[in-house]
Amino acid sequence: MSKIIKSITNPKLRLEILTPVEVKRIHEATLHIIENVGIRFPSQKALEIWEAHGASVDRNKMIVRARPELIEAAIKTCPPIYPLSARDPAQDLMLDGNHVYVGTDGCGVEVLDIQSGQRRTSCWQDVADIARLADATEEVAFHWVPVSAQDKPPETRGLHEIKAIWENSTKHVQTESIYNAREAGAAIEMAAAIVGGRDKLRQRPVLSLMQCSAPPLGHDGGSLEAALLAAEFGIPTGFMTMAACLTTSPASVAGTLAVGNAEVIAATALLQLAFPGAPVFYAAAQTASDLRSGAYTGGGPEDFLFGAATNVLSDFYNIPLSMGSFATGAKEPNWQAGIENSLSTFMASIVMSDMLLGVGFLHGSRIWSYAEMMMDCEIFSIIHKMMQGIVVDDESLALDTIAAVGPGGNFLSQKHTLKHMRDMFLPQFMDRRPYNEWEARKDEARDWALDKARKILATHQPDPLDPKLSAELAKIIAASSR
Amino acid sequence: MSTELFQRMAQSIIDGDSDVSVALARQVIEAGIDPLEAITLGFVMGVNQVGEAFAKGDAFLPELVMAGEAMKAAVSTLEPEMQKRGLQRTMLGKVVLATVEGDIHEIGKSLVGTMLSASGFQVYDMGVDVPTAKIIAKAKEVDADIVGLSALLTTTMVKQKEVIEELDKQGLRKKIKVMVGGAPVTRDWVQKIEADGYSEDAIGAVGVAKQLVSAA
Repeated sequence: MSKIIKSITNPKLRLEILTPVEVKRIHEATLHIIENVGIRFPSQKALEIWEAHGASVDRNKMIVRARPELIEAAIKTCPPIYPLSARDPAQDLMLDGNHVYVGTDGCGVEVLDIQSGQRRTSCWQDVADIARLADATEEVAFHWVPVSAQDKPPETRGLHEIKAIWENSTKHVQTESIYNAREAGAAIEMAAAIVGGRDKLRQRPVLSLMQCSAPPLGHDGGSLEAALLAAEFGIPTGFMTMAACLTTSPASVAGTLAVGNAEVIAATALLQLAFPGAPVFYAAAQTASDLRSGAYTGGGPEDFLFGAATNVLSDFYNIPLSMGSFATGAKEPNWQAGIENSLSTFMASIVMSDMLLGVGFLHGSRIWSYAEMMMDCEIFSIIHKMMQGIVVDDESLALDTIAAVGPGGNFLSQKHTLKHMRDMFLPQFMDRRPYNEWEARKDEARDWALDKARKILATHQPDPLDPKLSAELAKIIAASSR
Repeated sequence: MSTELFQRMAQSIIDGDSDVSVALARQVIEAGIDPLEAITLGFVMGVNQVGEAFAKGDAFLPELVMAGEAMKAAVSTLEPEMQKRGLQRTMLGKVVLATVEGDIHEIGKSLVGTMLSASGFQVYDMGVDVPTAKIIAKAKEVDADIVGLSALLTTTMVKQKEVIEELDKQGLRKKIKVMVGGAPVTRDWVQKIEADGYSEDAIGAVGVAKQLVSAA
């Protein structure tokens, strides 16, 4: 099977969602928040680093206030471009601002069983299966831990999960389910084993880490320490804000951008102060809470605006962005899923967000659906095609061919048509059949998508991981829980 | 005169105005009005109106939360007077809420606390990252009817099981019911750990809590 990874590159479409003046205002608001309101860093290590660099630290409340000069100087040392490496170097990804890469979403707790369709608790085997499917899917450039391996002990669950992915795929692995220093240390050891040593790991980071913040304006202690360890070893790391209008951030989109920005930029600055030049990324999945229940919605016009606005911010800081997209709140692959996943992914893509998380979920990133994964991949393919825009040149204007056909007639048997017809998009899951054909079977996208997933899983063999390596990873996991 | 005052009390809750509700509560004390009457005929009327509007979809969460806070402020102003007179509000039950050890996520739990409080429960919110032993100690101390446990991570969710097992061990489960919640909590998990109740959102949690105390 081809190892090609489909990514959006050299875009011909553009969107201006925030003017430079507006971006500057958000940046200044962010600096104001960090300096005057403060950010909570519940980690002794983090507080020490802040203190050592002259920030004002309230040890009791564990709140840090830092002056703009400190923050801006720190952010300047972030590397603007770096790779996410893969077991197979042909699948390395360049975070250079000119690629949009899609990953599997995570970290869900239930799976719609691929055979029975029944909803059940997620387990380690699901992580392995999903990884193997993603390995064969060109729209998926990298992995997140898709679902929680709930049959593994909590203390080493995160390690078992990345082992499962490395054993079933050669693509880059990013984990969002390791949020303490002990597990992070073991994960780094495992990654080093994969590439053949800690030094090699710096050149070829086959692992990256993502940590969630604790909005508003806070972080998790374990997450901070895991991130600091990752930064120390050159493992790309990012903090994700999930600030939500109404509940954990202001009801306004701009206010939510400011709150999230403050969380991310402050924590990113911390990593740079500790390890200048460490590869870092901005991560975000802001949303608007439901007005009635306060629930996380994962979709709606505000979400779509966040999807485009955030990359403008990360571009301002000159660091790559991991943006939440897809992740519909729908319970089935239906109308809502279509709208939410299309609009969110379109908005995040048109501004060239580097990493999109991600395909495969229903019900607000909680329930894995194999059908949804395939359908999300097709949504990405459609947007990928749109982003190529319209080429206007002699060849595409086709004046000779137009003259040859003249008024009346058709273009079906023209050489030009034959030459360019494969540039046209051929969907896998859109229903374009005559009505009576549909009426006879009443099948649709979700059926064909599920079928495709089943076929791939029945046949796809990823490049195997050396069993000796597998054994070494298992040893590292066993040692980590002692 | 009293009717007008009661109406203004109700309105202060509808407006979610703690300053006004507290000021009116003080007036009640100064005027020698029965504080319990003030609550049931004044402030609670406002809570009920907001609740109805909310259920209909005419009012939203922030209005409910602000009404709840205005109510809380008024009641706490009247507390000393009620104690003096030996009066007590009939509450639906006592609920101890906590986000389990190792977990710092709070918003869902706080919303549940607000809803329960607005619905007539006595709520003791212990905050986040609370060790199992402390939760149980608090539940015993206040003579809780319900313990509500929140977790946002599958790895901390296991603490919900730990609390239930500890309550079982201490023979407290007949008296104390356990509700669980948080994004990773599923029907499967609830059944597995034999929790007594579960809701995916704060609104549903009130219904579950009411069921649990009435069945007791």
